[in-house]
Amino acid sequence: MRDAARAALRAFGRAAPAAVAVGLLLAFNAAYTPGFFDLTTVEGRLAGSMVDVLNRGAVVVLLALGMALVIATGGVDLSVGAVMAIAGATAATLAARHGVNAWSAIAAAVAVGAAAGAFNGALVAGAGVQPIVATLVLMVAGRGAAQLLTGGQIVTFNDPVLNFLDAGFVAGAPMPVLIAAAALACSLLLSRGTALGLFIEAAGDNERAARLAGVRVRAVKASAYVLCGLAAAIAGLLAASDIRAADANNAGLYLELDAILAAVLGGTSLRGGRFSLAGAALGALFIQGLTTTLYLHDVSPNATLIVKAAAVLAVCLAASERVRAWIKIRSRP
Amino acid sequence: MGDAPPLLEARGLVKVYPGVRALDGADFSLRAGEIHALMGENGAGKSTLVKALTGAVPPDAGEVRLGGRVVRPRTPVEAQTLGISTVYQEVNLAPNLSLAENLLLGRQPRRFGLIDRRAVRRRAEELMARLGVRADVGRPLGSLPIAVQQMAAIARALDLDARVLILDEPTSSLDADETARLFGVVRGLAARGIGVVFITHFIGQVYDLCARVTVMRNGRAVAVRDARALPSLELVALMLGVSIDEARAIGGTHARAGSSADPALRSRGLRRGRVGPIDLDLRRGGALGLAGLLGSGRTETARMIAGADRPEGGRVEIDGRGVRPGSPRRAIAAGIALCPEDRKADAIVPGLSVRENIALAVQARRGWWRPIGRRGQRAIAERFVRSLRIATPGVEKPAGELSGGNQQKVVLARWLAVEPRVLLLDEPTRGIDVGAKAEIERLVGDLCARGVAMLFISSEIEEVVRVCDRVLVLRDGRAAGELSGGGVTVESVMRLIAGEGERA
Repeated sequence: MRDAARAALRAFGRAAPAAVAVGLLLAFNAAYTPGFFDLTTVEGRLAGSMVDVLNRGAVVVLLALGMALVIATGGVDLSVGAVMAIAGATAATLAARHGVNAWSAIAAAVAVGAAAGAFNGALVAGAGVQPIVATLVLMVAGRGAAQLLTGGQIVTFNDPVLNFLDAGFVAGAPMPVLIAAAALACSLLLSRGTALGLFIEAAGDNERAARLAGVRVRAVKASAYVLCGLAAAIAGLLAASDIRAADANNAGLYLELDAILAAVLGGTSLRGGRFSLAGAALGALFIQGLTTTLYLHDVSPNATLIVKAAAVLAVCLAASERVRAWIKIRSRP
Repeated sequence: MGDAPPLLEARGLVKVYPGVRALDGADFSLRAGEIHALMGENGAGKSTLVKALTGAVPPDAGEVRLGGRVVRPRTPVEAQTLGISTVYQEVNLAPNLSLAENLLLGRQPRRFGLIDRRAVRRRAEELMARLGVRADVGRPLGSLPIAVQQMAAIARALDLDARVLILDEPTSSLDADETARLFGVVRGLAARGIGVVFITHFIGQVYDLCARVTVMRNGRAVAVRDARALPSLELVALMLGVSIDEARAIGGTHARAGSSADPALRSRGLRRGRVGPIDLDLRRGGALGLAGLLGSGRTETARMIAGADRPEGGRVEIDGRGVRPGSPRRAIAAGIALCPEDRKADAIVPGLSVRENIALAVQARRGWWRPIGRRGQRAIAERFVRSLRIATPGVEKPAGELSGGNQQKVVLARWLAVEPRVLLLDEPTRGIDVGAKAEIERLVGDLCARGVAMLFISSEIEEVVRVCDRVLVLRDGRAAGELSGGGVTVESVMRLIAGEGERA
C-alpha cells in the first residue's frame, strides 16, 4: 500500500510546481486583492474573479492538454494557434455563409482539427520530420488556409448554438469551464484509463526500447498529434464564439507558446517521456490567474508581460533539478 | 632496435571508475616503425588505455613516456601536438564540410587574413596523395565512401607530425578491398618510422598486419608476444582468460534429453551487411549458444530474427510458418522475444517504473484499448520481482535508478511475462554480479525444461558451454561450425573461433 501511495505522490509530484505556483497566486490574492474569492450569482449564473480566471483560462487549458501529450512523445506542436484559426473559420463560414446547421459546422471544425493533427502526425511519425519543423509548416500555412476560407475577411455570425459555446451557462457554470473540465476528464480517461498514456511515455522516453517491446511507436505518436489537433479545434470554436466571429489573423495568435509553457509548468518534460494532464491544466490556470491578478491591480499591459515572464522564470527555476541541488548544497551549514 | 628506448611506453597505468578498475596497472610499449595489435574483449581496458595515452582520461597512477620522456597530455589535442594521434572507429569529422575543410579545419592557410581556398585545396590534395588516395577534396565528406572518410581521418591525424598513430577498430565498417587499401597505407606509415597501435576484433587481420600483439584482460596487459610466435588458439584463450588445458577439462554437461528434434524456429539465409547468410534451428526445450568474438555477427543475427533489424535476405519460420521480417511486433506476436545486448539503448525505459517496464511488452501485445490496469501490472511485476529476486524497494521505483544487474532482470522479466515460445538472450549476464549471473543461467535451464526454445549469446565461452546443448560458432559474419552434445567443449568452440585448420 505504501507503494501505491508513493506512486500517487510521484504522479502528483510532476504537477507540484504548477500546484505550488497556483497556491502562491491564490495566497497573494487572499492578502492583497479584496473580493478575489467573492462568488456571486447573477440571474442564477456564477460570477466573480475566480470564475473569470477559469472561464478565460479554458482555451489555454484545452491547448495545454493536447500539448502535454505531444511533448510527452518527445515532440512539440507549434501549429495549435493556427489550427484554432482554421477551426473557427470553418465553423463560421459554414454557418454564416453557407447556412449549414450549427451542429454540423461544429462537427466539421472538429474534424478539420483532427485532420490537421493527422497531417502533423504523418509528417513527424511517418516521414520522420523533426517536430518543430513539421508543425511549423502548419503554423504558417494554417493561417493562410484560414484566410482562404474566410476570403480574408472577419466572418461574423449570430447563431444561438455557436454563441452558446462561449457565452452559455449550464447549471450556473459557464460553458467554457464545463468544456475544459470535460476535456480534462476525457483526456485523463483516454490516456490513463487505457494503455495509451503508458505507450506515449515509453515512446517519448526510449523510442527504440518501446519499438522492441512491440509498441506501435509511430501510431502512438501520430495519435498524440491528432488529439492535440482536436483540442485545438475545440479551443478555436470557443475563441470564435467569444467574439462571435472568425478572425483568421488573430485567433489563437501566440497561444502555442502559452500552451507549451502551461504543459511544462505542469511537469511535462520537454525531453519527452512523462506528462501530467492535471498539471498542464493547472499550468494554464496559473498563467490566466496571473494575467487576471495583474489586471485587477491596474498593472499596465506592457508591464504585465514582464511580470508574467518573471513569474514563469521563478517557477521554472524552482522546478530545475540543478538549481534545487545547488540550493541544497548552499543551505548546508 | 634492441636497446633503443621504445617510442611510446606506458607503465603501471591505473584508472578507477566508480565500481570498476578499468585499468589495473596496465603496461604497454610500442616501437618506432612497428604495427602493434591491441586485443581484448569488451571491458578488457583497451579503450581506457587509449584514452589514458591520448589524454582523454587522466590516469590515477602510472606514467606515459614518449621517446623516453615522461609526458602527461591533458587533452587529446595536447597529445596530438606531442605526436600521438588517434583515429576513432566512428569517424569524428564534420560530414557537411568538404574533405579539404575537414583536413585543415582550424589551421587553414590564410591570405590577407582570409582563408585561401585554393591553398586549402592544394594542401588537402597533397595530404591525401601522401596516403595514395585520390579523391575530390571539394566534395562534402559525408558524400564520400566510408573508406575515404577513414583515410581523411588518418590524413588529418598525420598532418600533425604524428609519431604514434592509434587506430581504434578502423576496419569495422570497411569491405575487403577497402581494408586491403587501408593496410597498404598503414604499412607505408610504419615504414616511415611511425609507430601504429591497431585495435581490432578480427583475428585474421592481426596476423595479416601486425608484428606484435598485446592482449589485455581485466585492465592489464596479460601477454605481449610476437604475432608469429602466437598461435590463434592461444590468442583467443588469452583474450577470454581460459587456459588451454582448462578448456579441455570443461565439457558440455548438458546433453539435454528433452530437446525435441523438430525445430520451433528455423532461419535460412538471413543476411544483412557483413553478416550472413546464417542458417539456424532452435529446438523446443533446447538452448543454442551463439559464440564468436565481438563483431562476428552474433547480435546482428539475433536482431534479424527478432525483427529489430530488417534482413536483406533470408527468412524466419516458427513451427513451419513464415514470420514477416523487420517488425518486432510481428515477431512478438509469433512468439519470439529478444533480450537485447544494449540494455540502456534498447530495453530499459528509465523514467517508467519497474512495474511499467515489466508490463510493457504484455500490454503492447494486448493493445492500448485493453489496459491491464495498475493492479494487474503490479501483480505481474511483483511476481517477477520475487522470482528473479530483483533488488528494488518497490515496483514503483523508476527502472533507471536500479543497478545494472537489476535492470537486466527487469528486462528479462518483461520478456518472461509474455511467455514466449522462442527467447533470444543477447549477453544477458554482461555487467552483472556473480550471484545474479548464476540465477540467470539457472533460469535458462528452467525455461528449457518448460519447452521454450532458447538462443543464448555470451562472450564467455565457458558460460555458453555450461548453458547450451548446442553451439553455433560465428566468425566474420558467417557460421564457422556447429557443435552439439558431447562435442560442446570450451576448446572446440575456441578452435572454431580461432579458425584453426584454415590458417597455419
